[in-house]
Amino acid sequence: MSDKNTGAAKMTGAGILWECLEREGVKHVFGYPGGAILPAYDALKHSKIHHVLVRHEQGATHMADGYARASGQVGVAVATSGPGATNMVTGIATAMLDSSPIVCITGQVGSKLIGSDAFQETDITGVTLPITKHNYLVTHASEVARTIREAFYVARSGRPGPVLVDITKDAQQTTCDFDWEAAKPQLPGYRPDLSPEPKEYEQALELIHNAKRPVILAGHGIVISGAMNEVREFAERAGIPVAMTLLGIGAFPAAHPLNLGMMGMHGEAWVNHTIQEADLLLAFGMRFDDRVTGNLKTYAPNAKKIHVEIDPAEINKNVKVDVALVGDLREVLNELMPKVESIDRSEWLDFIDKLKGDSAVRDIQNLPDSGHLYAAHVINDLWRETRDGDTVVVTDVGQHQMWEAQYYKHEKARSLITSGGLGTMGFALPAAIGAKVARPEAEVWVVVGDGGFQMTMAELATIVQENLKVHIAIINNGYLGMVRQWQEFFYDRNYAATPLLNPDFAKLGEAYCIRSMTITDRAQVVPSVRAAREHDGPVLMNFRVEQEDSVYPMVAAGAALHEMIRRPSKIVETAEDE
Amino acid sequence: MLNTFVVYVENKPGVLTRVASLFRRRAFNIDSLTVGRTEKPEVSRMTITVDADRDQARRIEANLYKLVNVLLVENITNQPSIVRDLAMIKVAATHEARSHVLELASVFRARVVDVAPESLTIEITGAEDKIDGLLEVLRPYGVLEMVRTGIVAMRRGKSSSGDAVSSRNGDQAAGGDDVAYSV
Repeated sequence: MSDKNTGAAKMTGAGILWECLEREGVKHVFGYPGGAILPAYDALKHSKIHHVLVRHEQGATHMADGYARASGQVGVAVATSGPGATNMVTGIATAMLDSSPIVCITGQVGSKLIGSDAFQETDITGVTLPITKHNYLVTHASEVARTIREAFYVARSGRPGPVLVDITKDAQQTTCDFDWEAAKPQLPGYRPDLSPEPKEYEQALELIHNAKRPVILAGHGIVISGAMNEVREFAERAGIPVAMTLLGIGAFPAAHPLNLGMMGMHGEAWVNHTIQEADLLLAFGMRFDDRVTGNLKTYAPNAKKIHVEIDPAEINKNVKVDVALVGDLREVLNELMPKVESIDRSEWLDFIDKLKGDSAVRDIQNLPDSGHLYAAHVINDLWRETRDGDTVVVTDVGQHQMWEAQYYKHEKARSLITSGGLGTMGFALPAAIGAKVARPEAEVWVVVGDGGFQMTMAELATIVQENLKVHIAIINNGYLGMVRQWQEFFYDRNYAATPLLNPDFAKLGEAYCIRSMTITDRAQVVPSVRAAREHDGPVLMNFRVEQEDSVYPMVAAGAALHEMIRRPSKIVETAEDE
Repeated sequence: MLNTFVVYVENKPGVLTRVASLFRRRAFNIDSLTVGRTEKPEVSRMTITVDADRDQARRIEANLYKLVNVLLVENITNQPSIVRDLAMIKVAATHEARSHVLELASVFRARVVDVAPESLTIEITGAEDKIDGLLEVLRPYGVLEMVRTGIVAMRRGKSSSGDAVSSRNGDQAAGGDDVAYSV
């Protein structure tokens, strides 16, 4: 190649890759090297970017995801072709379902070998097509810059999501002119910035002002849009209580008088009753997932629905709505705010208060001490100890995840990171690493079951190698607890393949030179949490909890939202007998 | 009911797969899909027919727009439009049947494009029901082989393909009558 163009520097595709990542603001990437991505790794030495070496590529994607959710910035994962790339699939699907902005860079075999079933060749753009927001196959060094710019723009704009960029080995190796300015994104069909029509705002306001029993359904979109203050101001001004989805937790302060708590399958009973009694649902950045609606035929039967949502394809997907405001939540609320009238809804709020009924006496926290350690005790104590700090809790999937959502009161956005849509076991540990890298000043706690922990526990080595102070609380009940719970309720207690024979987790932690402890007793919880916080380094805590506890309330799959299985309580039953 | 979408997409590798994959993933059944070049080299044009009710049709449109390479989507189901399908039909036509088949072809304004001792091949262009009609009357003679292109469609009057490349905000007014969001 000749260097005739002035103003543009000659660089390899690999060099351009890192240069573009830096210009996109990337400071950390999570990756694992291999043959087809080696030219990129060789060029890493010229870059200021810090590379976190993972132990499995799935971990890299969850770390990028955790990084993105903790910071709001795009997370980046790097892997080689073939198995490296396919190992990323679960992490990409997780990010897709929870609208998390990540960019995955994969190496690909040389462009001349594509289609030949070469060593470690996989059609990863084909594989990830339905689980990415968009993906690219780059076969020339000259395409690298524009593709990376487009990938970041697509990942972070509109409804965020994962973007995969597959770069052939020769595209990394060959040189070409690099000109950042000339490599502007060219996306003529991409429309991330929609906004509602004036008449749609008027229709929404009319419904809001006529509603006697409105509820705000607060979703992940609030956090993504950064609309926490707007939602709060809106709720206060209009006097409307706020229920949260799992991923909406933290979008509205738990301690706020208008906060109801979590809705859905394991939501608080009064929240689900409130939704069923409502005459208006204001869905803010949520998508009426089946885990929050229960049976659609009986869902909020008397309620009009306003859906504020950035993704037009979500409108009328699960629940038919009366008014759809398609656009960025923050902008929509700022448009609505001046026209929202302050209405006294104390009657409705009093009614909701009464719905709380016997919930408190059914709460495991308030039941007589049985001498057993319950997961709820651990979570509640953890919350009391860490509530005042800048704490991020990263959970896995299952019973402990629901208990965390119920018993850890989150006041701030991005203080709970959890896999909601895909429900990916193994998410917590790597996602927490990403969160800690993104926010080193924050106190990061992993709350994870004994099943999920073992799916990605190889990343303990990453924690140690990166010297990250991450606290790991294993809620160890010796079962795949949530599956066991379903078997108890719906499969005649046939505990098929749910009991786990576990290693000694404390010894395992020690093998990684991580300070480890086992806690079996309720009185030990607080002192152990304190000791962990004071320790200068990562800590692994193995909480041996009650084996056959269940998460209550529970809306069985397909049941109406108000038909909940409640925790049996001697106190309640005795009162009823009298 | 059968909906007809005209979809303008960037003329890039893999775009057809993205569109087809979307229909499969969202469990919508494609009745027919045709794709070809347009007057602009950077734009390809698809005509997709799919069985969907009104709400489903809106969601298909919204989901198509989520594909980064999709430039413009028009649901022309209820728009005045020209819809054409092309079929080639090979009919068994021995000596005695041949004149009957030729007569039928001429009634349908179809053209005979190949004559062999045992068969005739007929080419017909038209709306789908016209082709269905010809097939119906040829069937008793023995249809040996048949191929159809699937429909291509074009709205009557005003052109919209220019919007597909010139404007970031597609010509929504022309596309969906009352789609519940603005594009």
